Parts: sequence; C-alpha cells; structure tokens
Amino acid sequence: MTLGVRRPPWPLLLLATIGAALFVLPLIGLLGVTPWSRLWSLLTDEVVLDALQLSLVTSLCAAALSTVLGVPLAWVLSRVDFPGRSFVRAIVTLPMVLPPVVGGAALLFALGRRGVVGEPIANATGFVLPFSTWGVILANTFVAMPFLVVTVEGALSSLDGRHEAAASSLGASRLSVFWRVTLPMIRPSLVAGVVLAWARALGEFGATVTFAGNLQGRTQTLPLAVFVSLDADRDAAIAISLLLVALSVLVLVTLRGQWWGRREIQRGGQS
Amino acid sequence: MTGTATTRLGYLAVAAALLAGGCSGADDDTVLVLAAASLTDAFTSMAVEFEAANPGIKVELSFAGSNSLSVQVEQGAPGDAVALADVVSINALESAGLVDLPITFASNSLALAVPAGNPGDVMSINDLADPGLLVGVCAPSVPCGAYAELVLAAAGVSPSLDTEEPDVRSLVGKLATGELDVGLVYATDVRAFGDDLEVIALPASIDVRAEYSIGLLDEAPNRAIGQHFIEFVTSARGQEILQTAGFGPA
Repeated sequence: MTLGVRRPPWPLLLLATIGAALFVLPLIGLLGVTPWSRLWSLLTDEVVLDALQLSLVTSLCAAALSTVLGVPLAWVLSRVDFPGRSFVRAIVTLPMVLPPVVGGAALLFALGRRGVVGEPIANATGFVLPFSTWGVILANTFVAMPFLVVTVEGALSSLDGRHEAAASSLGASRLSVFWRVTLPMIRPSLVAGVVLAWARALGEFGATVTFAGNLQGRTQTLPLAVFVSLDADRDAAIAISLLLVALSVLVLVTLRGQWWGRREIQRGGQS
Repeated sequence: MTGTATTRLGYLAVAAALLAGGCSGADDDTVLVLAAASLTDAFTSMAVEFEAANPGIKVELSFAGSNSLSVQVEQGAPGDAVALADVVSINALESAGLVDLPITFASNSLALAVPAGNPGDVMSINDLADPGLLVGVCAPSVPCGAYAELVLAAAGVSPSLDTEEPDVRSLVGKLATGELDVGLVYATDVRAFGDDLEVIALPASIDVRAEYSIGLLDEAPNRAIGQHFIEFVTSARGQEILQTAGFGPA
C-alpha cells in the first residue's frame, strides 16, 4: 500500500504538517480544557444521558432509513437510464454541499405544519413532524443519505456486470440478482456508505435545530446539547464534545481495519 | 520532473500568498460591532446612518446570542464594541478586563406572541400549559430564555414546551411561519414581524425587562471609531432608532 519515499520534498512535508495540525490542534485544545476530575459526573448528568440516548436512536434510525431508501436510489441512478438522471443525481447530492440550516428551513417549508406537503398531512391526520423525534430522524436522513448514495452508486457503476449477466442467464430473477449477486459484490462500499451516513447523522446540528427544534429528551441530540450548554455550562459542553469525539474515534477505529482490508481486494471496484 | 514539481510548488506558494492576502479583511476604517441577535434591526439601521454621517467608515455587524458573544469575547474574538442583552454578562466581561466601561442603553420587554390570526386560539399566558398547543421559548441559557423563565414563574405557569430555541430569532421565525402556536419573545421582535405576529397581553403584574449594555472591547483595534459608534448608540438619534424598533429607554 505505501510507496516508501525515503526523502520526501520538504515543501510537501511542511504543507502536509500544517494540514494535519489543523485537525490535531483542536483535539489538543479540547483535551487541554477538559475538566477530568468532574468528567464522570458531567457525563452522567440527566441532560447528557437523554441527549446520548436520543442521538444514538436517531442516528441509527437515520442510517437504517438511508440504507433502505438510498441503496435502491443508488441502484436506479447507476443502472436505469432515464431522462433527467444527472439532474436527479445532482439534487440527491445537494445536501452534501448545502448549509444544513438551509436544508432544515427547506424541510420546514415542505414538511412543516404550514408546509406544502406538511399542511395536508397535518390537517388529515393531526401528525406534525417538526418538534418531534421523527423530525430529528428525517433531518438526519436528509443530510446523511447522500453520503450513502454516492458511495454505493460509485461501487455499482464500477461493476462490469459480468457476474450479474451470468446469474441472469442461469435463470435468476432481476430482484434475486440484486440480492444475491450485486449487493454481496459491493458489500465493502455498502458498509462504508452506511458508516459515513451514520457518522454524518450523529454530528448533525443545523438541519435538526432548524427543522425539529431543541427539547431535552425529544429533539435535543448531543450536538444540540453542546451548543446550548456552551452558553450556560462550558464544562458540560466540553465533556459532551469529548464524548462525541470518543464515539466517532471508536467507530472509525473499529471499522477501519475491516473497511481498508476489504478495500485492497475490491480495489478495482471502488469509486 | 524536478522542474515540474518546483513549478507546482510555486503554484501552491502563490495560492498560500493569495489566501494570506485575501482572507484577512482587517481595515483601518472598519469598526466591528458584536451585537445581541435581538438588536439585528435596530443596529443595522444605525450602521447605515453612522456610515452616511461618517464617510469612509464602514460598520461591520456580527449578530449572535448574547452568551455566544460572551464566549467569543472571552476567547479573544476580534471586534471593537460588544452589545449584549444581558447586563450581568457584560459586567462579568468588564471584571475580566475584556470590556471597558459598559453602559446600559436600552431595555426590552417580553411579549406573548402568536402567529397572525392566532390559529391556536391562545387567550392568555395560562395557555402555555396546554399540551395540545405547540409552545416555544428560548433556551434558559440565553437571555430571552432566562427572562421567559422569570415571566412564567411570575405567572405561576409550568409550560408544556415543544422547543427551547438556541436564539430568539429562530424562535421568532418558527412563530412567524406558524410552525409554533405561541411563544415568549421580545417586544421588539413582534414589532419587526408586525405582519406575521400578534401579541397576547401579559398580566400587568408581570414586569420583566431585559436591559442592553454596550462597551468597548479592551483589545479593540479601532478604539476611536468604536467609541464614536457607542456615542451614536446613546445619542438622541440612536435612541430614536431604538425606540422605533420597539425598545424602551435604559
């Protein structure tokens, strides 16, 4: 994997070091101000435990929803030739570059109680998405799913189709080819996409607070708890931030071996 | 090969130089004022008049929740003056030697606001306890939320909340679009969103007032102009603008 260069050119090293410092310094800053002696009592505060539970539930639901909806979407974008395909693809990836607050506001205009779609739903059923845990899951899915779609579509597009064609010629139905041949072949990318989507959902702030509001136990996820307590109780905010960092690092480290390892084999099949 | 690499590194160096030159906008004739979110409209008008009266000078405004601003100032955010919706916070900044001579320049009262047409049929502050209504306040950590707690305590109401917004402007936005049925916001917000919001009177016995204070940052790069802007805020014309926006006297 590593092409050993014995004497790398110093300008590249210098810029690379500055680049890496950009990521390392905030971590050092966070660790430097962490109130270690009070950490446990801060993290077992009711507000933090509620936010942790809500964050785990909503981000996992968003990752699941992203997978259920995103994999078929990626498949259609990669395999079905229809007019306006590149336009749909652009719209689907828009949340990756859109400021999340804008996404949250757009969701509110569409699915809010006075929204284009939300109003008829609210009038007919009384169900209101904003200010509910479902609202958080929806906002999370909105920002997270594009990461899964892009990853999975890339993998699908780079398959040459021989195995799928072979399975079809042996009599497998199209759906069964998808389940038994296509999905297993893109497994590493699928796992990567799910993890990326989950991580993005876990850190989601802007769309959530704009669309779903902020209430302990119902819509206040960990990032929202950090933001609100940054004003009131700095130590609590630092402790929650540390919790989020630890959670993310844990997942990245756990999955990295598996993910990179498979990537070697699948090299041709990636991106 | 080496030649190409050197050229490419040259491009990188040029990019770095451009970044250094283009991304730092500090200017001798620019005054940066950090101001509480609720001052958005009043200070924007003031900046326009101040610039018109002082040709060549540019006023930059940075609005955020008062406590976010406090944190920014503590962490050494650049700026010349800071105006908060909370006298206690600015006094704390003064004690820490970060802000010089803050003065109280305006006050604001809290108002019970509903979307135009009052779709939730809110009659009084007691309706905030109705679980069937979508009720919003500011988070207790920001001034409008702290004042809302005082109002609710004075009224003896324990509200059935649906959201605690991190700043007053996002709360106002959700009321103005009708996503919430009722909320406690500043009187100035109702004035600013006159077409979209209506006010339900609070009991006369409840008198909760937010006081606004402005001071010069100790490390202000442009002390003279910063001081000049503060004088404008407290001048007769400045007070007139504040009054038009719905603020009360200090």
